[in-house]
Amino acid sequence: MTAVDFNTILPEFLLAAFALGALMFGAYFGKDKTAATLVWATSGLFIALALFIGFGTEGERMAFGGLFTDDPFARFAKVIILVSAACVMVMAQDYMQRRDLLRFEFPILVTLAVIGMMVMVSAGDLMTLYMGLELQSLSLYVVAAMRRDSTKSSEAGLKYFVLGALSSGLFLYGASLAYGFAGTTQFAGILSTLGGDTPVGLTIGLVFMLAALAFKVSAAPFHMWTPDVYEGSPTPITAFFATAPKVAAMALIARLVHDAFGGIPGEWTQVLAALAVVSMFLGAIAAIGQRDIKRLMAYSSIAHMGYALVGLASGTAEGVQAMLIYMAIYVTMNVGTFAFILSMERDGRPITDIQSLNMFSKKEPLKALALLVLMFSLAGVPPMLGFFGKFYVLKAAVDAGMVWLAIAGAVASVIGAFYYLRIVFFIYFGKDGEPADSNMAPVQWLMMVGVAVIMVLGIVNLFGIEPVAALAAEALVR
Amino acid sequence: MTVADYAFYAFAIVVVAAGLMVTLSRNPVHSVLWLILAFLSSAGLFVLLGAEFVAMLLIIVYVGAVAVLFLFVVMMLDIDFAALKGEIARYMPLGLLIGVVLLMQLSLGIGAWVQAEGAMGLRQAVAPEMDQVENTRALGLLIYDKYLLLFQLSGLILLVAMIGAILLTLRHRKDVKRQNVLHQMWRDPAKAMELKDVKPGQGL
Repeated sequence: MTAVDFNTILPEFLLAAFALGALMFGAYFGKDKTAATLVWATSGLFIALALFIGFGTEGERMAFGGLFTDDPFARFAKVIILVSAACVMVMAQDYMQRRDLLRFEFPILVTLAVIGMMVMVSAGDLMTLYMGLELQSLSLYVVAAMRRDSTKSSEAGLKYFVLGALSSGLFLYGASLAYGFAGTTQFAGILSTLGGDTPVGLTIGLVFMLAALAFKVSAAPFHMWTPDVYEGSPTPITAFFATAPKVAAMALIARLVHDAFGGIPGEWTQVLAALAVVSMFLGAIAAIGQRDIKRLMAYSSIAHMGYALVGLASGTAEGVQAMLIYMAIYVTMNVGTFAFILSMERDGRPITDIQSLNMFSKKEPLKALALLVLMFSLAGVPPMLGFFGKFYVLKAAVDAGMVWLAIAGAVASVIGAFYYLRIVFFIYFGKDGEPADSNMAPVQWLMMVGVAVIMVLGIVNLFGIEPVAALAAEALVR
Repeated sequence: MTVADYAFYAFAIVVVAAGLMVTLSRNPVHSVLWLILAFLSSAGLFVLLGAEFVAMLLIIVYVGAVAVLFLFVVMMLDIDFAALKGEIARYMPLGLLIGVVLLMQLSLGIGAWVQAEGAMGLRQAVAPEMDQVENTRALGLLIYDKYLLLFQLSGLILLVAMIGAILLTLRHRKDVKRQNVLHQMWRDPAKAMELKDVKPGQGL
C-alpha cells in the first residue's frame, strides 16, 4: 500500500476506524445509553466526509493496482449516499428512542453499510464490487431484523437474507463466466478484451450479473422481497432502505456496464430497457391496491427504479447524467416522505394505514400542504422537481433513439399518478373521521418541510446539480 | 496413463459420488460424513494440481472445523427432514422443469465457449512466477500485498456478521447467577460455614 493508495481510500478508512472506535465506546460505556450520541456523531461525520469528498478532492485516481477508483462519478454517488444516510439517521433517532428500538449497534451497522456502498460505487474490479456489495447487504439484513421480538421484522430480515444470498450467488456465477472469458476481473481488463463478436457465454454472464444487481435495486421482475421487507422492517430502517442503498446499487450498475462492458452496449441496453419497462408498469399498477403506506412506498420505489433504469438503458453519457439527477431527486423526495411516515401515529402507536389520513388537512394544514407537494413530486406532476427527474430520463431515452421506451415511461407515470393523487384526495376531501396524529421531532419537521420547499424552489436551476452530474457522467462514459 | 492420472480419476469419481450421497442420504449425519469424504478427495485433487497449501487448508479448516461444526449443528437442531422433503416434493416438477431449462441454456453457453485472445496472459499476469516462489509465499504475496484492500474488507464483513449475531440473539437476563471472582476470593471461610452440634435423639 502506497501513500497514494491510502489517500484514495481515506474517507472509507476514516469511516471504518470510526465504526471500530464507536463499537468499543458503545460496548464499554453504557451500551444503549450512548446510542443517541453515536447517532448524532455518525451523522456529523457523514456530513463532514460528504463535504470533504465533494470539495476536497478532484481528478481521477486509481488505487491498489486498479481495484479501487476515485473519479467524479464515484464522488457524486458518495455525496448522495452520505448525506441521505445522515438525514435518515437523525430522523430515525427520535422514533427509535420513543419505541425503545435504539441500540448502539444501529449507527455502527449503518456506518459499515455506508462503507460497503462507497466501495461499491468506487469498484474497479469485480472482486471489489462483490466485497462492497456483501458488506452493504449483510449490514442491511441485520438492521432489517433489528426489532427481534416482532415476527414481521424477523420475517423481513430472513426473507431479505435468503433472497439476497441467492442473488449474490447469481452474481458470482456471472462474474466467474466473465472471468472465464476475459482472464481478469478488472473492469479495464475486461473492457480491453472485448471486440468483435460477443460469445454466448459472456452474454450469459453479463445477464446473470445484471439480474443479481436488479435484485439489489428491486427492479421488477426481481422485486418480490421489496414490499414484505419494507412493511416488516421498523419504519426508520425502511426509510434507509429506500434511499442510500438504491443510489449505491444504481451507480454500481452504471459502473459495471460502462467501465467493464462499455464496448458492447448492444448486449446490456436491451436487458436494462426490459427491466425498466417491467418495473415502471408493475410499480404503477400493483401499488393501486395497497392500503399500507409502507407497502405503497415499496411499489413506488420499484417504479422509480424503472425510471432510473430508463436513463441507463439509453447507454449514453446523457443517460447516466439523467440517472444521477433522477436518483438525487428520488432520494430527496423519499427523505421528506419518510419523515412524515415516521411521525404518523395514533395514541402513541405508529400506524401506516392510508385510510387514517382522511381529512388530515383540517388538523395540520402546513404538514398536509407539504405532503401534497411531496406526493405531486413523487407522481411527477409539473412544476415539482420530481417532474424534471422524469423529464431528464425520458429525454435521454428519446435522444438515444428509444422513443418506445420514453412513451412507455410516460404512460406508466400517468397510471402511477393515480395512487399518489389518491393520498392527496384523502388528505383534503376524504371521509370525515378521526385522522392520524403527526407527532414530529423538530428535525423530522425540518426534513419534511425543507424537502417540500426544495421540491418547489428546485425548479429554478435544480440547485446547480446538472453540470456536476454531467461532469460525473463524462468521467464514466468515454 | 501415469500414476497421477489414475489418482485423478480415483479422486474425481469419489468427489462426485460423495457429493451425490450428500444430497441423497436420508440421515443428515450421514450427509455430513459424505461431505467430509468429498472434502478429503478434493484435497487430493488439489495436491495433484500442485496446490499443496490449499489442500492442507481444505483438510484443516473444512474437515477439521467446518464439517465438525456442521455435525454439531445437525445433531443439535431438531429438524424433521422427512417433512421438509415432503414439502420439497410438492414443488419438484416445477423445480425440475426450471432446472432442465437452465441446464440447457448453460450447456449452450459453455458448449460455444471461447476465450478472449489475451485471456491466458492476463490470467497468469496476476500470480507470481510459479518456479520462483512456492505456493504459500505466492498466496501470501497476493492476499496480504496485492489484494490487501479485499482482505481488509473481508475483515469488515466478518465484523458485521459478529455484530449481527450478537445484536439479534444476545439477551441480558437478570435472573442468571454469574460468577464473580473477586466476590469468591474475598469470602471469609469463617463466616461461610457454621457448625451445629446436634444432640442425639433431637432434631434441629
